[in-house]
Amino acid sequence: MNLHEYQGKELLKNFGIAVQEGITAENVEDAMAAYKAVTDRTGNEFAVIKAQIHAGGRGKGGGVKVVKGAEKAREAANDIIGMMLKTPQTPGGMEGPGKLVSTILVAEDAYVPDFDSCKEYYMSILTDRGSKCNVIVYSTEGGMDIEAVAEETPHLVHREFIDPMLGLQGFEARKIAFNLGLSGKAFKECTKFVAKLYKAYVSSDASLFEINPLLHTGNDDFVAVDCKVSLDDNALYRHKDLLEMRDTREEDPTEVEAAAVGLNYVQLDGNVGCMVNGAGLAMATMDIIKLSGGDPANFLDVGGTADAARVEQAFRIILRDDKVKAILINIFGGIVRCDRVAQGVIDAYKNMGNINVPIIVRLQGTNADIAKKMIDESGLNVQSATLLKDAAAAVQKVLG
Amino acid sequence: MAVLVHKQSNIIVQGFTGKEGTFHAGQMIEYGTNVVGGVTPGKGGMEHLGKPVFNTVADAVAKANADTSIIFVPPPFAADAIMEAADAGIKVIICITEGIPVQDMVKVRAYIDTKDCRLVGPNCPGVITPGEAKVGIMPGFVFKKGKVGIISKSGTLTYEAADQVVKAGLGITTAIGIGGDPIIGTTTKDAVELLMNDPETEGIIMIGEIGGTMEADAAHWIKAHGTKPVVGFIAGQTAPAGRTMGHAGAIVGGSEDTAEAKMRIMDECGIHVVHSPADIGDTMAKVLSA
Repeated sequence: MNLHEYQGKELLKNFGIAVQEGITAENVEDAMAAYKAVTDRTGNEFAVIKAQIHAGGRGKGGGVKVVKGAEKAREAANDIIGMMLKTPQTPGGMEGPGKLVSTILVAEDAYVPDFDSCKEYYMSILTDRGSKCNVIVYSTEGGMDIEAVAEETPHLVHREFIDPMLGLQGFEARKIAFNLGLSGKAFKECTKFVAKLYKAYVSSDASLFEINPLLHTGNDDFVAVDCKVSLDDNALYRHKDLLEMRDTREEDPTEVEAAAVGLNYVQLDGNVGCMVNGAGLAMATMDIIKLSGGDPANFLDVGGTADAARVEQAFRIILRDDKVKAILINIFGGIVRCDRVAQGVIDAYKNMGNINVPIIVRLQGTNADIAKKMIDESGLNVQSATLLKDAAAAVQKVLG
Repeated sequence: MAVLVHKQSNIIVQGFTGKEGTFHAGQMIEYGTNVVGGVTPGKGGMEHLGKPVFNTVADAVAKANADTSIIFVPPPFAADAIMEAADAGIKVIICITEGIPVQDMVKVRAYIDTKDCRLVGPNCPGVITPGEAKVGIMPGFVFKKGKVGIISKSGTLTYEAADQVVKAGLGITTAIGIGGDPIIGTTTKDAVELLMNDPETEGIIMIGEIGGTMEADAAHWIKAHGTKPVVGFIAGQTAPAGRTMGHAGAIVGGSEDTAEAKMRIMDECGIHVVHSPADIGDTMAKVLSA
């Protein structure tokens, strides 16, 4: 689960981490009240208006604006609220439709008054699969795309691997501060920042924290100006407070609906829908569709209990996409009996009345023979197959 | 020989009396697996499915000589169950549970690395040595005894591969479901190494998916040390970047995570890569008869 910037900042603040402060707004009136409160507190007229969507690169699409004065703040808030913001990370990238901005963060300008003496660093924490531990990634080159920094100047990106049994040690935090070239008060503040950030990461069962830029102010304080926070879905049961931050508006409504009935669904943009039991077999089925000359319209794992009700739900979700020209159902019956799935397909088909696209059902495993006979004798516009090869050939045939 | 689980393995079921544990333990016993008991804290002394229930894994080791454990404990308690098994001296721990928090697994990995044991999973279908022991949730009848070892991150795709191998007339030594989570016990490379060293295994099928570098690591090991033919497939050639495809670990983050990149590396390392999952069995048969 991803958090919005403002939610991530709330999380960080709970662990005593200094952040660029701000107030959220969903309309221009509230934005202006927020602007007044923020600038009254800082004593200067600068503010930053930031679109709150789940995607990075917001500045590139005009979703982040630094403003001076109430007039400019109103203009920026008016522009950003309600816009379809395109960033390299929104669906389809800069060529896609963008994402609707319903909330903005009106934030202080943390670089004022001593802009010239501010420095920007990069710091992230993630769980590394290769080393099987948490790693802190950091660089003096903050405020820009870290992938580009890693590509062009790999020696400027440092990594500190943290022993899972011991957690972050003092010498590790000191090493980070030294590698960032710090001394005196800045050195001390940086080690404190790192320690708090690591504690927040582990305590909230995060899978990614990215602070970019991490601001080193003229006063030698450390401030998280932006933050990207992803949380481990499997651990949300022990973080009810964080679970409440979930914003389903940022998710695909069909995927949310599918999840509610126990289907694991991801929308794609091809012409052949598919319904499969098991994630690995579902991906493999998508590959088969591609090799047969089609493009998968979705990923759909129906899970271990593919009964009539669930098959019908899956049909309805797949058929909502009018690009779908055929549906391939691929079930390997283990504990799931194929004849039950076949009955599910037949019942769902009859309940729904008019399914206008050809359906190919491949059933293998427990009671596959009985299932094939049921499908073949049902009189419905459904082709059956037992071998994966035959299913692939059938897909090729219907696509012509 | 086969690997990991055998006729003589003394197997216990953690989470024995729960719904999942009861169902699958019953299936395992029916298959002929040597289940010597189970563990459910607080129910020690009872009998379940005709086998003794113990309060702790240590009791099961002391009283029933348990050396292998299969775990069906719910996600919030599964990490604890793995560590209990490791601490009690269990040698092969197979964790079926899906949905264990990643930070729990980070700790578990560090802990079991200090113990003399092997963890398979979590979020896996288990391990089967046909005709000897089924320690998992797979349909036993699909797996027939033979000479091919199977390694896979996925459940139903393992059954698919096994079915093709059996239909090609080859059969299986041991099939190892390593699991689809980002942090797991036995890696693809570890499993390949086990099967390379098994005298009964003549060929290996390695099924991976998008995300992580485990298949590439295994491929490099095979290039350096391999002595048997390997057929490989990577699921998710059409998966979009940045989306989790069912398994928590199946996500393309960087360019090395893609199916294309993994298949290229596997090919360069001498693995017989198939692009269609329908060709796994036939390719293995061809390679072995060459």
